[in-house]
Amino acid sequence: MKHLLSAADLSHDDALQILATAEQMHDVQRREVKKLPVLRGRTIVNLFFEDSTRTRSSFEIAGKWLSADVINVSAKGSSVSKGESLRDTAMTVAAMGVDGLVIRHHASGAPLQVTQWVDAMVVNAGDGTHEHPTQALLDAYTMQQRLGDLAGKRVAIVGDLTHSRVVRSNLILLRTLGADVTLVAPPTLMPSGIADWSAAEGFSYGYDFDEVLPDLDAVMMLRVQKERMSGGYFPTPREYTVGYGLTRDRLRALPDHAVICHPGPMNRGLEITADAADEARSLILDQVSAGVAVRMSVLYHLLGGAES
Amino acid sequence: MSNHNTFLIKGADLVGAGRQDLLIKDGVLAEVGKAAPKGATVVDADGLVALPGLVDLHTHLREPGREDAETVSTGSAAAAAGGFAAVLAMANTNPVTDTAEAAERVHDLGRACGLVDVQPVGAVSKGLAGESLAELGLMARSRAGVRVFSDDGKCVHDARLMRRALEYVKAFGGVVSQHAQEPRLADGAACCHEGELSGRLGLPGWPGVAEDVIVARDIMLARHTGSRLHIAHVSTAGSVEVIRWAKAQGIAVTAEVTPHHLMLSTSRLDGYDPTYKVNPPLRPDEDIEQLRKALADGTIDAVATDHAPHARHDKEHAFAEAAFGMLGLEQALQVVNTVMVQPGLMTWQQVADAMSVRPAQIAGLAGHGRPLEVGEPANLTLIDPSATVEIDGTQSHSLSRNNPWHGEKLIGQVQATFLRGRATLLDQEVITA
Repeated sequence: MKHLLSAADLSHDDALQILATAEQMHDVQRREVKKLPVLRGRTIVNLFFEDSTRTRSSFEIAGKWLSADVINVSAKGSSVSKGESLRDTAMTVAAMGVDGLVIRHHASGAPLQVTQWVDAMVVNAGDGTHEHPTQALLDAYTMQQRLGDLAGKRVAIVGDLTHSRVVRSNLILLRTLGADVTLVAPPTLMPSGIADWSAAEGFSYGYDFDEVLPDLDAVMMLRVQKERMSGGYFPTPREYTVGYGLTRDRLRALPDHAVICHPGPMNRGLEITADAADEARSLILDQVSAGVAVRMSVLYHLLGGAES
Repeated sequence: MSNHNTFLIKGADLVGAGRQDLLIKDGVLAEVGKAAPKGATVVDADGLVALPGLVDLHTHLREPGREDAETVSTGSAAAAAGGFAAVLAMANTNPVTDTAEAAERVHDLGRACGLVDVQPVGAVSKGLAGESLAELGLMARSRAGVRVFSDDGKCVHDARLMRRALEYVKAFGGVVSQHAQEPRLADGAACCHEGELSGRLGLPGWPGVAEDVIVARDIMLARHTGSRLHIAHVSTAGSVEVIRWAKAQGIAVTAEVTPHHLMLSTSRLDGYDPTYKVNPPLRPDEDIEQLRKALADGTIDAVATDHAPHARHDKEHAFAEAAFGMLGLEQALQVVNTVMVQPGLMTWQQVADAMSVRPAQIAGLAGHGRPLEVGEPANLTLIDPSATVEIDGTQSHSLSRNNPWHGEKLIGQVQATFLRGRATLLDQEVITA
């Protein structure tokens, strides 16, 4: 594996290895001196075409604790409007002698395109409405911490699936790890071609949250973005919450052992009730803290190997 | 001294109907005598098929405005190399071809270059804004004699404006060529056929139904107004069904399909290569199959390239941000040969109809699309139908390199093109005036 562009780049063994290393990194994180020397002399650029404080700082800390030199480059705004092509931007940054590029882009596929033009290792830190593989890894990591082996576990991913980059990565990775995944959303927020896709890949999907709820080991609630609310995808926020929110009633119907994830930021009161995020079954804060460990593990596996 | 304008073409298969010699003299096809006239250039056309010079209903030449991507001159060279004798230059230049003056300028640039007749398409609406009619009548009366009107690149989505345009062009035998894309169903961001692949790739979907509903609406408007409607770049099985129905009703609708929609499927988008970004988008195999059938049975009248050159820096963006469009002039006939003629779906006579006769009729180009008979203007194309060619997209007469056929093996090689008796392409070499 040279790059991490999609969760599909990870074999079952790759995924388990990254998750195991993440656990070791998590231990390092709890030490007083957190630095490991493994990426000393290596340069990583966080090339962000879209703001994301959470993801960017998580990658930055991860790189620094591995002793890499980390530089943040913000290329916000459409490169089209600035007149510079994606290729030019990528090659300019790469020409500075970079070992790794961590790319966040508002357009799907941009990190993959960049790999055609530069030699550096590329990590996809979220591209458009396509994928966000390190988010999926940290979700799997936190779920695994609480539930153990994810093989055979039942996971529902609920919310705005059309516009979510998280759902694709999670679906792929969870299935690589042997979990049983169901996608739940109103038909207007399902990815297009879901019937063909689910049939080809062997996962399930549905429009009825309550039907799947009692059998779940984990539920992942995805954010519904404000701009969708007036876009005619569903009539009102109130109606959305009744159909697809993790409400108090649904919390009662969710098995006691089940866990709740949300990649954040949350719309409390819309897709998730105010109480849900704070209850014992919630992994939401664990997800944030696992972010650094998982990204340390990813950077170590992609860049650390070449050194030895 | 040899006469540059006298050619004896020996042994060409005339539109697939049998071998016959052709004499080109004084710009027309002449009687072949017992001996070659003195000074005639002899063209050995053994094994070649002769077609009436091709006519493209849909070309983007980018001049004026984006001369870094294509000019009338470079686009004309690409056209000649592809076997074309006439091209219709779309109006979405900068400034837009929405006045008589703009139309005459494009027309004159084409004549000055002389490789191919460049016939301007006039905009339907001022500035392609979709709000009020451009000066359709003045463009029609101009030296350019505009007959085809299109806001191509954009759909004339306002039903009332479309109705008025259809009605108005009746006065001078015009036709409205519609870019069928209901903008509420497929907006400017839509760039990938809506389906499983767009779902997996996370690319904004362009559903086929966004084309189908405009085709259906405009066909009913054409019936209501009794006007001529042309559907540009048909890409869906749904549109085909509606057009087939309309023709059975006797409604005056014609349609074109591009070489890329006949051959390349949406699966090409898998690697996010912007070369394959085009509007309407590449469709699934089921659509491609129906498009081929419709072309073969005449439901679709014409093959038109939608040749859309783009500078590198407009294509080397993230897929969603890259420019729409791909080259087509140089490979169009090869593609049609590869996917239609060689598999036995079309005869050469049908190719002549779809790539010359019908487009010339639709566009009202009197001197083009004529039979290869004595006394007719000597517009013709010679193709070697059996050569297998690996396309090298870096070798092109176009200024741009967004060639979706690069690296592809196609069957057939255009050898020569004649425009009113002058060789514009001979032995695959473009011959500028």
